[in-house]
Amino acid sequence: MTVKQVSYTLNSTLETINSAEEQASRVAAAAGFSEDDAMSIAMAVREAACNAVVHGNAYDPGKKVTLAFEQDDKNLTISVRDQGKGVDVDSIPDPLAPENLLKQSGRGIFLMRSLMDEVRISPSETGTEVKLIKHFHGNAGDFQEASQ
Amino acid sequence: MSMKASTRQVDGVTVVDLSGRITLGEGSVVLREAVRDLLSKGNKKILVNLADVNYIDSSGIGELVSAFTTVRNQQGELKLLNLTKKVHDLLQITKLYTVFDVKDDEAAAIKSFN
Repeated sequence: MTVKQVSYTLNSTLETINSAEEQASRVAAAAGFSEDDAMSIAMAVREAACNAVVHGNAYDPGKKVTLAFEQDDKNLTISVRDQGKGVDVDSIPDPLAPENLLKQSGRGIFLMRSLMDEVRISPSETGTEVKLIKHFHGNAGDFQEASQ
Repeated sequence: MSMKASTRQVDGVTVVDLSGRITLGEGSVVLREAVRDLLSKGNKKILVNLADVNYIDSSGIGELVSAFTTVRNQQGELKLLNLTKKVHDLLQITKLYTVFDVKDDEAAAIKSFN
């Protein structure tokens, strides 16, 4: 089994959110995902990057966001890690509950779970890592061509 | 691509034509300021045309919800027109499709305000 990996260290800025989304789109397309799947992956990565920059690192210029792509024969896994205090996932209200439908925020993790096959969130005192996993259903391409 | 908003008056209804992406940052701010500006001028019948909005993130969804509740709290009405498939799908999975009054014909949408 071949495993390909690439990672980036990014600043806690709005530009990072956009560039993470764009990079994820390129990587997903090069890995062989359909246009729809690539867009879903890019949207999920945007949500994770947004949480990392806005909520995790709170735009702190001293804190970084790590974006990592890993591809094996079965999955594309994207990790987004911040250096914040660690999110308390259980404290996030269900955005589909009637009393929360009209809240302005709180849909990011729900959207990630809707768009990806698996989402693993690992909070710690030194930050939160979100792993976004999409399974391959056909032949995988070579994402490293897109990450150059 | 950033977002643009332009407004026009049709039979007492303000149509807001949006194009681009409604996302965290500029896109959300453009929508917020457009709605705030209309309310300050007393325009409380607002039809948001999303035909040229092909991308929206959770912040953009939140901004649409905020616009909807802000207008409603001032005894106004905000409706959505011409959703693209992506935006339609996002409103479906977030259960907001039934919260918003969504139209797909502008003339009928204009009439529905009166």
